[in-house]
Amino acid sequence: MLPSGSVSKPSKDQYLNCIRCGLCLAVCPTYREYLSETTSPRGRVALARKGLEGELELSPNLARQMYACFDCMACNDLCPVGIRPADLALEMRHVQEQIQPAAWKDALFGGLIPKPGRMEFATLPLRLYEQLGLRRLVYALGLRKLFPGKIRDLEAMLPQLPQRPLRQVLPEVTQATGETRYRVGFFLGCAQSLMFAEESAASVRVLARNGCTVITPKETVCCGMPALGYGREDLVQEQARHNIELFERADVEIIVTDCATCGSTLKDYGKLLADDPAWAARAAAFSARVRDVSEFLLTIPLEKPRGRLEALVTYHDPCHLRRGQGVWKQPRELLKMIDGLEFVELPEADWCCGSAGSQLITHYETSLKVLKRKADNIASTQADYIASGCPGCQMQLNVGMRRQGLDVQVVHPIALLDRAYNGKKEK
Amino acid sequence: MDKNIIAQLEKITGKDGVLTTPEDLSVYGYDGTFEDHRPDVVVLPRTTEQVSQIVMLAARERIPVVTRGMGSGLAAASVPFQGGIALAMTRMNRILEIDEVNATAHVEAGVVTADLQTAVEKLGLFYPPDPSSIRHSTIGGNIACNAGGPRCLKYGVTGDYILGLTIVLADGRILHTGGKLIKDVVGYDLNALFTGSEGTLGVITEALLRLTARPKFARTALVEFAALEDASRTVNAILSAGIVPATLELMDETAIACIEEALHLGLPLDVEATLLIETDGADEASVVREIEAVANICQETGARRVKVAKDESERAKLWQARRSVSPALARKAPNKLGEDITVPRSTIPEAVRRLKAISARYGLPIVIFGHAGDGNLHPNILFDKRDPEQWAKVEQMAAEEFALALELGGTLSGEHGVGSLKRPYMQKALGPVSLEVQKRIKAALDPVNILNPGKVFPD
Repeated sequence: MLPSGSVSKPSKDQYLNCIRCGLCLAVCPTYREYLSETTSPRGRVALARKGLEGELELSPNLARQMYACFDCMACNDLCPVGIRPADLALEMRHVQEQIQPAAWKDALFGGLIPKPGRMEFATLPLRLYEQLGLRRLVYALGLRKLFPGKIRDLEAMLPQLPQRPLRQVLPEVTQATGETRYRVGFFLGCAQSLMFAEESAASVRVLARNGCTVITPKETVCCGMPALGYGREDLVQEQARHNIELFERADVEIIVTDCATCGSTLKDYGKLLADDPAWAARAAAFSARVRDVSEFLLTIPLEKPRGRLEALVTYHDPCHLRRGQGVWKQPRELLKMIDGLEFVELPEADWCCGSAGSQLITHYETSLKVLKRKADNIASTQADYIASGCPGCQMQLNVGMRRQGLDVQVVHPIALLDRAYNGKKEK
Repeated sequence: MDKNIIAQLEKITGKDGVLTTPEDLSVYGYDGTFEDHRPDVVVLPRTTEQVSQIVMLAARERIPVVTRGMGSGLAAASVPFQGGIALAMTRMNRILEIDEVNATAHVEAGVVTADLQTAVEKLGLFYPPDPSSIRHSTIGGNIACNAGGPRCLKYGVTGDYILGLTIVLADGRILHTGGKLIKDVVGYDLNALFTGSEGTLGVITEALLRLTARPKFARTALVEFAALEDASRTVNAILSAGIVPATLELMDETAIACIEEALHLGLPLDVEATLLIETDGADEASVVREIEAVANICQETGARRVKVAKDESERAKLWQARRSVSPALARKAPNKLGEDITVPRSTIPEAVRRLKAISARYGLPIVIFGHAGDGNLHPNILFDKRDPEQWAKVEQMAAEEFALALELGGTLSGEHGVGSLKRPYMQKALGPVSLEVQKRIKAALDPVNILNPGKVFPD
């Protein structure tokens, strides 16, 4: 039973109005794999309601069902009543943390993830693994096969890592090529900086080439999505305040990010701090300025890329971009600007890839099932590249391609655009 | 539930096919209604053979077996009021064969209806029944409730497409009926007997379905009426003119407002009713000619505007709208009671008038939409169940809806079924002789009363 008083709970509208029609079962990736009500959005809404109303205990198993949701938000989009089952699952995780706090989450989501310096130090072994040539050795000698299955898959998530995190390399101010037409803030996400540095460097180059002077504040902290996913909405609020203040000082018209997850979280700061009188207006103003890089680029006049890329390219919609931000046409438009590039639409392009942040680690089997469906669809296109503007999706897709032995490059759409701008002819 | 029985069930299906946690049980206690009662165990079989063993065990131990698909039913037919086994067929979801020459599909009961439609349409074939729940209901559930849908006006209901069934009987024996035959008069029509039996006579595990050629062309029109009466009169005017549209759907103003609020499709908000009319067929010219004839009739009977969908995406939007009506109503009130009375189509205007009168008399809104072309209406009462006064009214209003349907020569339900919710009205609808015959059939097939006990028949 819930202790009365200070626990922050989901709004009743979030569960009372569910008429249990079952429409959401059709679009849920976890339901599709297990075909059991417990793994469906309607089931989770029912569990939340019964838990909050006292019919069920808020047991560890009930909490587990909330963590089983991949938060792809397909149910949110579909529900004709206006319930947001995926959001409710996140809110229930927060309820659980309030009644039974897990101490390790303080350390991880309070002490490590929002501290860029510590994150860079903690991920040093991964960079060394690649830079000292160990990774090449492992592959050359076929040692990868000796790893246990799960470790092998986690290893496969790694993209080619940068020598140094981008945060340490990228200048605070990148001048526009030619005249400055826009003064743009760049929110450099943790995963982008640590794992996909070259892609974010490409984003900044593409922005600069198109008349943007790009300001990248170095003291940004994690957008907050990891903490939110693990029920620590309280920590997200702190991180939000920090980031809002930072960009206020940067004095920019627009705040761009090339990470789908960061973008959708930043756009939600307004909602997150709506009940905080000191911050509500500032947060709303901040969120109103946030754009995904592809979204922003299509609102300004763009230089036509000179290079050619002779390749078949398909595109996977990150949940946090398509449903989180309503951005799906723009990345496709950008890809179609590239000469020589043939675009092929991916079947079920907006179906979750199974990453959901850390589900490959925490829900290994389910994550792989969801991934297999995605990888099969990608294979059916025979594409050379699968583009997707989300580090989580990209890492997951890397695993999918390795597991099925597909020779398909996983790439951020902006990285392809950048290559075309650099003017080379590629096959 | 007895640990020993759980262990035996696990032996039949494997451990992952048996669910017993309080969380699992509590999400298998509901369907698409407001009713709720936990089963004692949930079992998810994968083969007919497993179902047979489960039912045999249940018969031996006298445990109720309540079969369900995706739980989208609207009559509480799959709510396990007496506990027992919730037998969820969702994992039996293989399409076993599509026979293009004989135009048949052999499927397991848990196949999602829309998935079957997609699969056969790729081959130029067509499985017409289209309940609004096509994406979240199963073939087995559709058969057990003899589901209908908009297209039934022209193409008939689920039962019209059943050539054969595989059924696990109450003692666990496996019964095969029918075959790949259009004509078959050898013995009683058991397909018809099990269709619509709501899990009370046997467990449907597989079905052999009849397919037809996919209509290559369709035209869809949304027709706006300033007066609901005019819309309901138009239905008969069209059908009497010798045109058989694939669908002829009525939505009143509240229904439209709810959809618009949910989907933002740009539907008209200043009309009392709309008709959604579709013509289809193999010849484009005749499909177009028919929709034009329909448009002319509508204009003569007082339509304010007739808008024909320009392309496939406009057409898809209109249908998305229609399919969302029922759930979208929840935006207006915490609860709704949606019935599906059926009346002879000549009496539709009168039925609509009387429904309006009931609503006015009790002071609670009744939203009217439905398959006007076949006389199957969905009056939905909007209310708040937490208010006992409203709930008392709703029960009386539902009774009046049923009474009016019977008075006009109609019946209680066209496609949702009786389940638990309409049991009190069965006596009046069927009379003692019919009820007695049906009870004897039930007793003959399920002598120990383990299959979905307490459903369909009044106490």
